[in-house]
Amino acid sequence: MSGVGVAAVAAQVLVVVLGTPLLTGLMRQVRARMEGRAGAGVAQPWRDMRKLLRKTPVTPTGTGPAFRVAPALLVATTAVAAALVPLASTATPVSGEADLILVVALLALGSVALALAGLDTGTAFGGMGASREMTVAALVEPTILLAVFALSIPAGTTNLPRIVEGALHEPARLASPAGLLATAALAVAVLAETGRIPVDNPSTHLELTMVHEAMVLEYAGPDLALVELGAQMRLTVLLGLLASLFAPWGIATGASAAAVALGLVLFAAKVAMLGAVLAAAEVFWAKVRLFRVPELLAGSFLLALLAVTSSYFLGGV
Amino acid sequence: MSLLRKIRGTGRVAEEAPPRPEGQAPDAARELRGSAQVRCVDAGSCNGCEIEIGSAFGPVYDAERYGARLVASPRHADVALVTGPVTRNMAEPLRRTVAAMPEPRVVVAVGDCALNCGEFAGGYGVEGAVGDVVPVDVEVRGCPPRPEEIVAALRTVTGR
Repeated sequence: MSGVGVAAVAAQVLVVVLGTPLLTGLMRQVRARMEGRAGAGVAQPWRDMRKLLRKTPVTPTGTGPAFRVAPALLVATTAVAAALVPLASTATPVSGEADLILVVALLALGSVALALAGLDTGTAFGGMGASREMTVAALVEPTILLAVFALSIPAGTTNLPRIVEGALHEPARLASPAGLLATAALAVAVLAETGRIPVDNPSTHLELTMVHEAMVLEYAGPDLALVELGAQMRLTVLLGLLASLFAPWGIATGASAAAVALGLVLFAAKVAMLGAVLAAAEVFWAKVRLFRVPELLAGSFLLALLAVTSSYFLGGV
Repeated sequence: MSLLRKIRGTGRVAEEAPPRPEGQAPDAARELRGSAQVRCVDAGSCNGCEIEIGSAFGPVYDAERYGARLVASPRHADVALVTGPVTRNMAEPLRRTVAAMPEPRVVVAVGDCALNCGEFAGGYGVEGAVGDVVPVDVEVRGCPPRPEEIVAALRTVTGR
């Protein structure tokens, strides 16, 4: 594979790592404006990150390797997922390995590492958060897998770049019943996986309602910076996956540097737009009761199942 | 849809940002550079100060625009916002909360009670002022202090 492909992978990871705090800042800013506030500015998450990296690390007594390894593992798995998902280009050196199941497993590995870290702290809230995160993850992973299976049936493969290329050459696939059902199912799964309203509230201060936040209560300083970066990168990668699968226009398929650059710009624009829409929608939603979350996720699983079924029967395989 | 109309009709409720306060920034605050995560500790307050802190972070005064944000854990925090005279039962939890915060950390005592026990001085359940239990970096006077004064104190910490 060419040098352009290598550069495309590096650029994808770099854009995700550097751009993800800006996405969080944008989402907070949109929300602040809709609430009548002035807002802290788009660059505020960067300031938070810079400050956290300079603070002294604190390791609570009694915590073991699970607590220390989790932040790095979370960021590393998400960075690998960012390299694999065809965010800007499908012609990369890793496109042969960019299997859908691998990407979902990488994201799940990050979740599990963080849940173990939450258990490792031995606090009541850490264990409670870990238990809830695993409950949600167990319901979300099959939905993500099924939703993308519905798209992989017409493409005949679970390789993500091939699915995206197929959709680029044949846009009618996206407007098919299977494509629309899979979009809806995957959108709900992304909300749950990234801990947004209505499943989890990222800005909550009430420990009893926390899911993701409860697991990371004991992190401080540079470790907290990594955990926050990892959680934000996960949102960027999943929104990027959604954009790549259902609005693949502009993604480079060849080894042209200009096409890759255009793909990166369009990727940033698509994710920024999805993020802004999500932040605006969250103003209108309330977090659902924890015991209602499985119902919501079961609904999204059902949509994914219908997508697979209709893809099978209407696809004429 | 009615919420959307309300949002459009209300527009911006945050007041114009007043000029940057004159106060001297504590040494620890210089490393924060525009970002301060705040943990509130009620060490025995009557909740008057809490209401004012609540409005300081509300849409009108919007302390968040200067880079201050409330967080749920002292491990995440740079600033401890302590209110009330320290009661005997809260003295140890307050010490532990401040000890759990990573360096550099800033302790802000909010309200007259936090500074000199105010109305509750000499009470049998009162251990002392916040300064008697943990080192205080920034003081906010008033019973209760106005939200503007709390925001001004936070701005000396964030430097914005």
